[in-house]
Amino acid sequence: MFRTLSRTAALGLALLTPAAAFAQEAAEAAVAVPNPGNNAWMMTATVLVMLMILPGLALFYGGLTRSKNMLSTMTQIGATASLAMLVWVMWGYSTAFGPEGNAFFSWGNLFLSQTDAASTAATFTDEVISEFVFISFQMTFAAITAALILGATAERMKFNAVMLFVPLWLTIVYFPIAHMVWAGGGLLFEDGALDFAGGTVVHINAGVSGLVLAYLLGKRRGYPAEPMPPHSMTLTMVGTGLLWVGWFGFNAGSALEADASAGLAMINTFVATAAGALTWMVIERAAGHKGSALGFCSGVIAGLVAVTPAAGNSGPFGAILLGIVSAAVCYFFVAKVKAKLGYDDSLDAFGIHGIGGIVGAVGTAVVYQPFLAGPGDGSVALGAQLWVQIFSVLVTIVWAGIGTLVVGMIVKALIGLRVTEEAEVDGLDISEHGERAYN
Amino acid sequence: MKFIIAVIKPFKLDEVREALGDIGVAGMTVTEVKGFGRQKGQTEIYRGAEYSTNMLPKVKLEIAASDDLAPQVVETIQQTASTEAIGDGKIFVFDLASATRIRTGETGDTAL
Repeated sequence: MFRTLSRTAALGLALLTPAAAFAQEAAEAAVAVPNPGNNAWMMTATVLVMLMILPGLALFYGGLTRSKNMLSTMTQIGATASLAMLVWVMWGYSTAFGPEGNAFFSWGNLFLSQTDAASTAATFTDEVISEFVFISFQMTFAAITAALILGATAERMKFNAVMLFVPLWLTIVYFPIAHMVWAGGGLLFEDGALDFAGGTVVHINAGVSGLVLAYLLGKRRGYPAEPMPPHSMTLTMVGTGLLWVGWFGFNAGSALEADASAGLAMINTFVATAAGALTWMVIERAAGHKGSALGFCSGVIAGLVAVTPAAGNSGPFGAILLGIVSAAVCYFFVAKVKAKLGYDDSLDAFGIHGIGGIVGAVGTAVVYQPFLAGPGDGSVALGAQLWVQIFSVLVTIVWAGIGTLVVGMIVKALIGLRVTEEAEVDGLDISEHGERAYN
Repeated sequence: MKFIIAVIKPFKLDEVREALGDIGVAGMTVTEVKGFGRQKGQTEIYRGAEYSTNMLPKVKLEIAASDDLAPQVVETIQQTASTEAIGDGKIFVFDLASATRIRTGETGDTAL
């Protein structure tokens, strides 16, 4: 739910226009200086999201793989995030956030040529923050979304295929969706879609893309006949904790200021997650199993994902409701639907991020309403908002699905997606990187 | 009776096991082992420095077979475990003096 991003101090740009003198006067009169408090919080939030990637997601996903694929999983995440950062400053920010653009993507400011240290980006009030801070914050979102996909493809995708897939996927899928949802003039932004911190842009997008790529890759050798338990629940638990901590940057940072909205996002990120974690464990008990560490971790992620679009768009009890529903629906998909349909979403990128994101995006319409103590003023009827949310989910699913299919086919045709059978059995750590996680 | 020890590449295990089942091998013992032959191990790289590990992971099969079946077992393993690349492994055949099934006390071919 970012407000239209306008450059309030694009002085250099103003000087280049025909009406230079007039524009310069206007710019000087309106020049806004970032509040150091807001800037400081946004820099903190940005590095918190970085904490989610390395080491958070790397340990979370790595622990869930077999020990022979630990390093491969972590290395793919680190390298993907690094590549995404470079692509972001070259053409990603331009494609997602302008300054010129239509409903689907934008252009201009390639290589950040029009941004300098004095440039600012708008927030939700009349405050501004440094544009470089905003660019960095958004950069970490692009990086983690690309890395999230790898949970669906773990233990069998070639490293060089990952490195080719990521820049193509970001360009064709991620940047346009980020533009549609978050940038002024974007299709879903103008439609009134509520996505506080990336339920559609990050989680549905990554989940659906992961599912498509998992289908293109095929199942891991031995799946599902052979048991493939996580090799280290300890590390998965560490990763889960780091994700939860980092998610405060993700959610509360999306307020773009250290204000009341950030505070609301923060408490929601606590309680929705707690509800998700315990719900998953309770469902395990109800299904006749023991409440497990993996169940706890899965519930944490399900809660976090679902509250993401609702972080600043819900009251705390609406958030708890979202956490409960998300954990229940995600459990159903991971434990039942996945087995029934037979796709190999190795680490449940689709089952938890995709499905939890859909629950969150649709549920946001409900918890936003004042009758659930949401921050909405009731000016948009529940039914109307529900349709807007569902429409944004459908657009994201179709765009991510088709886009990933196209990118996946290109990579498959050029260099192939999957490692050889021998490399897969030996483990990707040795066969792709020449290293072992444990000696 | 013959006792056959085969050292093969791990990813060939399922295929070999299935092929042996088809020709009537009733049981085998499988162990994950490490060793080296002409392949001489492989190189791992840590921060640019190369380390050669002399031992490569392999799978060892131990199979007891009747004199009639043994040549077929060897041939089947040779054909299914081959990738025609270095490091495919080896097959060793021994004379087996006796075999006893612990549960029933049967000996000889009937114990296999």
